[in-house]
Amino acid sequence: MPEMSVTTDQREITFAQAIREALAEEMRRDPTVCILGEDVAEAGTPFKVLAGLLEEFGKDRVLDTPISEAGFTGLAVGAAMTGMRPIVDIMFGDFITLTMDQMVNQAAKVHYMSGGHWKAPMVMRTTLGATRRSAAQHSQSLHAWFCHVPGLKVILPSTPYDAKGLLKTAIRDDNPVVFFEDKMMYKLKGHVPAADYTLPLGVADVKREGEDITLVATSSMVQVALGAAAMLEEIGISAEVVDPRTLWPLDENTLIQSARKTSRAIVLDEGYERYGVTAEIASLIAAGAFYDLDAPVKRMGAMHVPIPFSPPLEDMTVPTEQTVFEAARKMCGR
Amino acid sequence: MTSLAPTPQVIEKAELWLRMYRQMLAIRFFENQVNELYTRALMPGLAHLYIGEEAVAVGVCETLERTDYITSTHRGHGHCLAKGASPDLMFAELLGKKAGYCKGKGGSMHIADPATGNLGANAIVCGSAGIATGAAFSAKRLANGRVSVCFIGEGALGQGVLYEVMNLAELFKLPVIYVCENNLYSEYTHFSETTAGDILARATAFGLHAASVDGQNVRAVYEHAQILVERARRGAGPGFLLCNTYRYHGHHVGDINREYYRSRREEQTWKTERDPIANFAKWLIEQKVATVKELDELSARVETEMKKAVEFAMATPYPSPDEVAEDVYA
Ligand SMILES: Cc1ncc(C[n+]2csc(CCOP(=O)(O)OP(=O)(O)O)c2C)c(N)n1
Repeated sequence: MPEMSVTTDQREITFAQAIREALAEEMRRDPTVCILGEDVAEAGTPFKVLAGLLEEFGKDRVLDTPISEAGFTGLAVGAAMTGMRPIVDIMFGDFITLTMDQMVNQAAKVHYMSGGHWKAPMVMRTTLGATRRSAAQHSQSLHAWFCHVPGLKVILPSTPYDAKGLLKTAIRDDNPVVFFEDKMMYKLKGHVPAADYTLPLGVADVKREGEDITLVATSSMVQVALGAAAMLEEIGISAEVVDPRTLWPLDENTLIQSARKTSRAIVLDEGYERYGVTAEIASLIAAGAFYDLDAPVKRMGAMHVPIPFSPPLEDMTVPTEQTVFEAARKMCGR
Repeated sequence: MTSLAPTPQVIEKAELWLRMYRQMLAIRFFENQVNELYTRALMPGLAHLYIGEEAVAVGVCETLERTDYITSTHRGHGHCLAKGASPDLMFAELLGKKAGYCKGKGGSMHIADPATGNLGANAIVCGSAGIATGAAFSAKRLANGRVSVCFIGEGALGQGVLYEVMNLAELFKLPVIYVCENNLYSEYTHFSETTAGDILARATAFGLHAASVDGQNVRAVYEHAQILVERARRGAGPGFLLCNTYRYHGHHVGDINREYYRSRREEQTWKTERDPIANFAKWLIEQKVATVKELDELSARVETEMKKAVEFAMATPYPSPDEVAEDVYA
């Protein structure tokens, strides 16, 4: 494949294609990698993210399961402990609630509880994000639940490039890793080199450099932050957008250094604002950048309501470019 | 009749029967020591004793290879010992010592040991059903010929995940056997208050090969388990073995006054008429596999071994403080 090694490769693919490529490459590389989930085989998931994998890898490695999230996640924990590297597909992030015992009490603890003797190298892929008019049980962003549990790693990619590199790393990791995909992002296009690459966990990425204010943003909120930053530029405010990319491990240093440089920070995450990711990151920045801050760190997340169906109501529940722009402008005293 | 020589079948299996007898004694003496440690306030926390149920763990584990997998429960000491764990490292774990199987981080309810295929005891009722099924999934995918045994109490029949994984196991034809120990009580509640319908029917509904056995008869457990293990190993799919048994002690070592949920008479009947060790000893003597004296000597040896194991555990150090944050991530 000589054309793949061209360094000036400017290939653009969608977020969904990036995920599929990561899976296919890792499945070619390691025969113990397999996929378990509802409608993952012939259907390739309702979002078609896995289309084509069954054809290449067959039914032994791309397995349709019954609608038994706890059952097949538990099966994956045991399979991971005994020589496989399973990837479970949880169709909607809302359904992680069904897997909680398997992830929280089993997968996350088996290494520690056994004194380091067993490990569970598995990946759970699932979704987050509202504004698809899917109502309260198909729209939540519950990633903070897993961030709360020692033993798990949590990844929230925001670009096709990050998605591919981080998913490949997740599959090779020896721990249970949860990988949240924003379902609104599957069609987002971006540059993804054709050559094999991985990205390290625990390294934030500055998506846009700026001087006046730091917008820390995860997953779906990265595009929102970039949009707000463009609006802020028009009124002369230079915003820096920093994406932690992985919530655990967390690159605290990059977040704190950015806030120290700009002296202001807003933390954006689509999970619930109360007791959520924004609270954790804001407190880290508040402590780490205390002497350099010109304003209290602000948090913006989902409103504390079940996600409503009605479009005008649903749109109120999550931060938008406009609301972030307003908050940033106010914080900068304009 | 007692004057007749042992039959050829008995002679052929004499070694096996004696090993099983020894293993049952080991569990009983181990648990007696645990009770003693608790009573003397030498053990942190609680423990759930397996006394009375020894024939189940031993009868099943004797049909397994060392590389086969088991998962265990909060009442797990018997399963771990029967699968080959060393008592000294188990006691060390029970006392929270660094030399323990889990470096003191697991305790009584989490003993795990890759060397004997023990995927771990589990303190979530039915918490290991997924894990055991997953180990069978690996065994099939990796074609390593192993089988996986999932020990559960009858209380686990109340957990939905059991039915999810039995369905998966049959769909994927996995080499897993669910061994349900019905000791009549989940904590302080009789199983008839919590369990509707027929237990075996719950497994056969999914197409599992299911059988029920007197869990106080180690030979019967062994023979039934052997059939299910052999089937699973040759790819014929999962099995379910219901073992009817009884725990002599309380739900845990601190459950002393039990009359409000079961009578002393009931306990007494099981202990005197259906004790798996006494009845097996009687059979071994009748069949001339061993003499009373030989069994008594064996018993004394095993008891001494357990006392020594406790001494080892008492003397060995606790983990150092810097170990608290080790092993969170692999
Ligand atoms: C999910 C869950 N619910 C409740 C408990 C508390 N609990 C511990 S043991 C037990 C009874 C279990 O009964 P059974 O499965 O029959 O096992 P036995 O103790 O009789 O061996 C209960 C309710 C638990 N550990 N896990």
